Amino acid sequence: MKPYFKKIAILLIATIAFASCSKEVNETEMNELEGLTKIRELSNSTHTIELYSKKGELTLGFNEIKLRILDNSSDILVKNAQVSWLPIMHMMTMNHSCPKSTVEKVADEGNLYEGYIMFQMAENVSEYWDLTIDYTIDGVDYSITSEINVLATDKRTVNSFTGSDNVRYLISYLEPTEPKVAINDLKIGVWKMDNMMSFPIADDYTVKIDPRMPSMGNHSSPNNVNATQSSAGAFYEGKLSLTMTGYWKINLQLAKADGTILKGEEITSTVESSSIFFEIEF
Amino acid sequence: MKNLSTVFLIFLSFGFLTAQNKEKDTTKIIQLKEIVLIGKKAATYQKEAKSLGTIDEYLNQSSRINMIKRGAYAWEPIINNMPTERTLVTIDGMRIFGACTDKMDPITSYVEVTNLSEAVVQDGQSGSLFGNTIGGSIDLKRNKTIFGEKKLEVQLQSGFESNNSQKILGSSVNFKNEIFYFDLDVMSRNAENYSAANNQEVLYSQFNKLNFSNILGFQIKENKLIETSIIYDNATDVGYPALTMDVSLAKALITSIKYEVIPKNSIIENWETKIYFNTIKHVMDDTTRPNVPIHMDMPGWSETFGYYSKLKYRFEKHHFLVNLNSFYNKSLAEMTMYPNNPNENLMFMLTWPDVRTFYNGVFLEDTYDLSRNSNLTLNISLGSHINTVTSEFGLESLQIFYPEMSDTKSRFLKSFGANYHFSKLGFHCHFGVAYSERAPSVSEGYGFYLFNSFDGYDNIGNPNLKNETAIEGNFSIGLQKKKFRIKANASYFHFYDYIIAHTDFSLSPMTIGANGVRVYSSLDTATILNTSLSVEYFINQFFTWNVQTSYAIGKTDDNENLPFISPLSYISSLRFKKNKFTSEIKLVGNATQSNFNPEFGEDQTPNFAILNINAGYTFKFGTTKLMLKTGVENLFDKNYSTYSDWNNIPRMGGNFYVNLNYVF
Repeated sequence: MKPYFKKIAILLIATIAFASCSKEVNETEMNELEGLTKIRELSNSTHTIELYSKKGELTLGFNEIKLRILDNSSDILVKNAQVSWLPIMHMMTMNHSCPKSTVEKVADEGNLYEGYIMFQMAENVSEYWDLTIDYTIDGVDYSITSEINVLATDKRTVNSFTGSDNVRYLISYLEPTEPKVAINDLKIGVWKMDNMMSFPIADDYTVKIDPRMPSMGNHSSPNNVNATQSSAGAFYEGKLSLTMTGYWKINLQLAKADGTILKGEEITSTVESSSIFFEIEF
Repeated sequence: MKNLSTVFLIFLSFGFLTAQNKEKDTTKIIQLKEIVLIGKKAATYQKEAKSLGTIDEYLNQSSRINMIKRGAYAWEPIINNMPTERTLVTIDGMRIFGACTDKMDPITSYVEVTNLSEAVVQDGQSGSLFGNTIGGSIDLKRNKTIFGEKKLEVQLQSGFESNNSQKILGSSVNFKNEIFYFDLDVMSRNAENYSAANNQEVLYSQFNKLNFSNILGFQIKENKLIETSIIYDNATDVGYPALTMDVSLAKALITSIKYEVIPKNSIIENWETKIYFNTIKHVMDDTTRPNVPIHMDMPGWSETFGYYSKLKYRFEKHHFLVNLNSFYNKSLAEMTMYPNNPNENLMFMLTWPDVRTFYNGVFLEDTYDLSRNSNLTLNISLGSHINTVTSEFGLESLQIFYPEMSDTKSRFLKSFGANYHFSKLGFHCHFGVAYSERAPSVSEGYGFYLFNSFDGYDNIGNPNLKNETAIEGNFSIGLQKKKFRIKANASYFHFYDYIIAHTDFSLSPMTIGANGVRVYSSLDTATILNTSLSVEYFINQFFTWNVQTSYAIGKTDDNENLPFISPLSYISSLRFKKNKFTSEIKLVGNATQSNFNPEFGEDQTPNFAILNINAGYTFKFGTTKLMLKTGVENLFDKNYSTYSDWNNIPRMGGNFYVNLNYVF
């Protein structure tokens, strides 16, 4: 009885080991997708492109997006594509794009590509976004265009305005995505609008911050650090102190290097809110 | 008045408070202790003029103790003009820490007068038997019968006070025999709002309290005993008219077990070891208050484990006292604010970030008899004090202010003192010098946006505070003759790194309507001088006249006034006693507070004087006794407030009381 039992045990272990080996490839794919939720699939006759993000949806503001390209005929994920994208807002009277990054491979050996798109407005009943993805595989160009859903948020995370220098700016909240009662690392994106289709990162400004709690006497918090760039082309980084949970309004001022304020007001006993701000609640 | 060389006078309470036990008092004077006796044993219980007064009222009679009053309940004792942080209040040697960030639950609020036998008050550093103190200590000693001839005594107490319709009902059972004793005491109080003069109702001054206390002792061998003790105290619906919040629940469970050896014919007089645990829950909220800008809850919890082992022995002319003691305390308090917009998330913070305090200390004292009339007492106390912030949420919150702060802070605390006593033929005098240190309290070190409604500032703790230290000198002199007794007393404290909150103008207050934010920091130096004078005159066998006065002054290094320093205060009484009848007329007053500091929310409190009268009689029916105590406080219904009434809330107007005590 005993040796027989041992044999069965060995057999079982071997089977499990084998099973794990054969799954290895799939597991890499799964690991890449860990923490991501599929937003949607776009397809043409040759390929299907799957869009992913942490939240599984596209919303007003800053969106980190990952994608992968599946060859419809071979059912194999394409690892060597050159990818670019162009989101377009179709308004009643005009079309425009928004700030976006290039699309890069996450890892050489992996299947995922990544980039960001900062939607400065959400869709509505009569106005919508579409996304065009152009990609090249082994010298052959392909393209997919499809309507996408960009949902509104109940908190303000984007400010789009014309500064006192008559330049149109966009400022978006990036991080912390999970704010804490602590000094948080703050990340903000600032872009200029050169024209309807071009939104380069704006360099060499300062985003002054003043977090306030309007429900609690509009009090502020200590030891905040205004957001600045570490190098041209980078996002703006600062420190955000949050002394309690709840609803915070982060009042903003956009300042030039010489200190000139381009937009936003300082909070005083009579000025409760700046004209540009972010909202967070946790 | 500002000149420190002015002679200040006060009075000492001995004669007045503890006339019932004169021999004992005399020896205690020599030991530099003041004892507020509270009906020690059933036989003397009756001798307090108001037998069922609150513990706060009793302690307040001492010239060394003042009370910060935020309402009708749970007054905060200040010893030698120093509040809780600088003093040490224990119950039978147990360390207990209030769970309220606003000091609305001093330790004294968790006991009842009927289960205490005495409160031992010690001045300054000499009170550091159970831990570090600068200002002094109060040890609340509980009533217990101790072994003896078999006896069972049952008492019923009931009382009523007209002003706030306070109803008092209690009962105690005391049993003893040769090897066993048992004391049980239950007391309930229920009071409605009190009224100041002219029937002006002071809203939110009601309270309800139930207190249960039990001590059980048994002899395990000759001269060895084990004693268990439990106190359960539950106060509900307690109003604090001087604050913006009330207390829906203050609950304490205080337990201990003690092993004691009293050897016969040994150099060891007594050795006792006690292990204790206590847990306190305190729930502050403002749900009953209308028109608050924002509703909030502020619950707090405090748990303490500890032990002490105290050995007394005598060797030739030395009397040694050694006490090893440790405690581990957890203090946690939260604040949740409810936005007016119900869709908004709750606003939450930790006001005490789960701070653990671990203390290990030793106290050594040697009293050496220099001659038949004099002795010299030397003592030293050493302790390790470690604070750890265990909540990551709380630590990160504090790191907003102190980014480099680590979760642990260790301190070494030391103190030492020397006291000389001399007494001969009714004359006695005493000199003492001492050096003492203390660690910051949890609020001073780790408090997060604690609103002080007295000065109107939010307070932030500072984990980097230095230990506060003080050099102390004290002196007393007295004479007792057949017809009179007189005593003068002075103590002087010179502080270094005196901990106090300072306004930081760069910070924005969290509390709606607050004046700003203060962060705890240290003054380089500060001084406090306390003086008192008491005179008791025995007019004849029936009448005794007593007067006690006290005066104090406290200054910062910029010669500004420290807060909560008593102006000239006085009590004068004429007491009549014949057989089973006692009566007393008593004048209590304060001079105008001339040394105040608006910076700390103080304003000038006008002088006042009120008159109290009382009378008592003991009826005997066979073996049963009925003690009747009755009196009128604030006889002329004066409108007044003292310097230590939080936000100048008016004190009680005229109040008639009757206390009954039946002994079976």
